[in-house]
Amino acid sequence: MAGVIDEIRAFDPAFEIVVIDDGSGDNTSEVARARGVHVVTLPFNLGIGGAMQTGFRFARTNDFDLAVQIDGDGQHDPAELPVLLAPLQHGEADLVVGSRFAGQPTFRSSFTRRIGIRLFALTVSAIAHQRLTDTTSGFRAVNRRGIALFAAEYPQDYPEVEATVMVVKHRLRLKEVPVRMRERAGGRSSITALRSLYYITKVLLALFVYLFRPRKAPLEDE
Amino acid sequence: MTPLRVSIIGAIAAFIMLGVIFELIRRRHLRERYALIWVVTGVALLTLALWRQSLNTLAGWAGVKTYPPSVFFAAILFFVLVLVLHFSIVLSRLTDQNVTLAQKLALLETRLREREQADSGADGRSLT
Repeated sequence: MAGVIDEIRAFDPAFEIVVIDDGSGDNTSEVARARGVHVVTLPFNLGIGGAMQTGFRFARTNDFDLAVQIDGDGQHDPAELPVLLAPLQHGEADLVVGSRFAGQPTFRSSFTRRIGIRLFALTVSAIAHQRLTDTTSGFRAVNRRGIALFAAEYPQDYPEVEATVMVVKHRLRLKEVPVRMRERAGGRSSITALRSLYYITKVLLALFVYLFRPRKAPLEDE
Repeated sequence: MTPLRVSIIGAIAAFIMLGVIFELIRRRHLRERYALIWVVTGVALLTLALWRQSLNTLAGWAGVKTYPPSVFFAAILFFVLVLVLHFSIVLSRLTDQNVTLAQKLALLETRLREREQADSGADGRSLT
């Protein structure tokens, strides 16, 4: 995580870095604080969704123009930030997702995981009426509207796919850009073989429920 | 008709249950809305035990001919299912509220810590 902080700083020192420590209980908070970034330490583990929303709430409270979510384990390369941020800066999208598959195939993963990712991509593409290749990617950026939406409402466990659909349902614009991802430097994926079934079932059920929710008007800029 | 002995044992059990419920309410271990559900349940069980024609009568209404007590089992099962569903709803709401509280607390802590650091940096000592 310290490496990611240094990389972001090296890329552009103007970025405000917020580290969300999701009740890890280890020295994550101290390490991050020693580097002089904002650190939000959750009192207990909320899971990815709850932790992510904390970040968006921070961004909302502090009136950020953009927010990028980036994993602490090093698989998201800060060098790709210009690619991710360009559509937001040009006003082409409200949420930009860094896709591992949209461009050159550099990402290796297991067969079952690729099947799952593909299944989600097809389902969400159908709901969103646009071609998407990687809805589970956690490397994404939002503008003010996206921040406002996610601060107000964010799905809980395994949130990425649902968050993508949420954006569409709120009539915000979604864009996927190809990014290269690296092998994670520390930690491991939260998706184990046993959990994948729960993951796939839960997400598909949630998407099914979304179909029956009314489309909401987009949130206005204040 | 319910055998006399069954009726007596049932009534005693219902009385004990009502007593426990009353004690829980007195010690404020039960919130009012749940207290009401359980008092009504206790009274219903007591009525079923004391009114010895109850099961036959209820079975008659429901059209059960072979085994009247099955009405009782079905009713209890349904009641428990509804109650468990209700608790799932309550639990979901509590979880959501808990998440929001944890987030707000953590964000406030961060804000406080950063304010204090800024203050101690400005005048050389912390506010606390």
